[in-house]
Amino acid sequence: MEELRPLDDIGEEDLVISMGPQHPSTHGVLRLVLKTRGEVVLQVTPHVGYLHRALEKIAERVNYAQFMPYTDRLDYVAAMNCNLAYARAVEKLLGVEVPPRADFIRVIMAELNRIASHLIFFATYGLDLGSLTPFFYGFREREGILDLFEMASGMRLTYNYIKIGGVWKDLPPGFVDKAYEFLDYFLPRLDEYDRILTDNKIFIGRTAGIGILPADMAIEYGVTGPNLRGAGVAWDIRKDEPYCGYDQFDFEVPVGKGEMGKLGDCWDRYVVRMQEMRESCRLIRQALDRLPDGPTMGRVARVMRPKAGEVYVRSENPRGELGFFLISNGSAKPYRLKIRTGSFTALSVLPEIAKGWMVADVCAIFGSLDVISPEVDR
Amino acid sequence: MEGTEIYNLVKEMFTGPVPGFSAELDPCIEVEPVGIREVAAFLKGEDHLAFDALMCLSGVDYGERFGVVYHLFSTAHRHKIVLKVLVGKEDPRLPSLESVWKATAWFEREAFDLYGLIFTGHSDLRRILLPDDWPGHPMRKDYVYPESYHGVPV
Repeated sequence: MEELRPLDDIGEEDLVISMGPQHPSTHGVLRLVLKTRGEVVLQVTPHVGYLHRALEKIAERVNYAQFMPYTDRLDYVAAMNCNLAYARAVEKLLGVEVPPRADFIRVIMAELNRIASHLIFFATYGLDLGSLTPFFYGFREREGILDLFEMASGMRLTYNYIKIGGVWKDLPPGFVDKAYEFLDYFLPRLDEYDRILTDNKIFIGRTAGIGILPADMAIEYGVTGPNLRGAGVAWDIRKDEPYCGYDQFDFEVPVGKGEMGKLGDCWDRYVVRMQEMRESCRLIRQALDRLPDGPTMGRVARVMRPKAGEVYVRSENPRGELGFFLISNGSAKPYRLKIRTGSFTALSVLPEIAKGWMVADVCAIFGSLDVISPEVDR
Repeated sequence: MEGTEIYNLVKEMFTGPVPGFSAELDPCIEVEPVGIREVAAFLKGEDHLAFDALMCLSGVDYGERFGVVYHLFSTAHRHKIVLKVLVGKEDPRLPSLESVWKATAWFEREAFDLYGLIFTGHSDLRRILLPDDWPGHPMRKDYVYPESYHGVPV
């Protein structure tokens, strides 16, 4: 049977390449060990933990409200969403009612941050694949959102704005007008993005049909968010387990359709995020239109002592399901806080979908998962 | 399906290894370590249960014992259940569920890394977040921090 062995098995040696921890396409600090044969990747082994800051251990040492700034550092390009997810977990444990105005403000902030996060994805994904312009465009538009956040919270990256029970302060004067202005400015930009990248022949060549993640494999690995929707599964926590009054708004859940290549390829995961930005704009506009009056903070004690119990609360973040498993023993500090992040599970599926592709495709596949290292390592 | 219904189905199938149930906040079934793999496979395999997704796997130090908490979800029926396994501190071993949900592979590595829980049958039980030569398992409540790591004060 010796002569029937495939040609590439003969006289070739496998080469092991370390990609990262410092590599332009790793978006943070992450190391991928590639076993290659020529240009083909046989095996990918991610090594994570470079940004491990023991957030879960810290949570056991500080009280419930004090942990909020740490959630900003979980996924620092979507800090509002992380604030919101943590606040919801503690609120469920405490049984706190959030006033309607605070809920609307939360939706506005969460969706603005979703756009900002997807803009970073758009910017860096273009860059990963050799297109420089999206990088400038994406970061330019993101500035408009950061200006809005700065108005409301005083911060441009880590906001600490959404608090347990509501939001820190009411919207400042002029915020609503400025938010409308941003939407009017931003929507035509999305069409421009489509012309420059989405329908770009070279970009389609680099992403369509590459790194296919089928729906059953995605579910098996716990992959959530846009990566799961890119595989054609219409699963969105905002829609299916509504919180913050998301059920009062009219929005679609975009899913991948395999338009350019195969269902669940890199292009599908990319285009889902581009469409989600449009849906987020719709959500923000509806929330601004119908913004109710009233208080922005519920009745919360200064030092919270939730009664003993265990809850798991999950929210739809730009990078998938962000879940907080929170155990209280009745004291002012969490007994245990486990953070389940979308990036962690998305990265765990990479070895499965990246093998068999070229080294250059690994950048395309990894980029399309939109993994962010601080969220993996916590 | 409601938590109690799911518990009753599990109870019917496995009399021994399912000692407890609580529905206070999230419905939670307590399972003995010996039976966890069978219970998990049952919950995933039955058509009317179909728990195809593992949302979260967490190690917990409950003081007397260690716990592993599995949060399960069914994408077909949109229902949820929590499984909890308690293991003794002297020999914290329990079966790996890698053969049931592939998502557990990394979650179990994390629980091993931070709590020192041994998941038997795991294909690649290495540390994941901490350096390979880090002393001990820091999420344990009785963990004593080292003075330094490779000459760097901690």
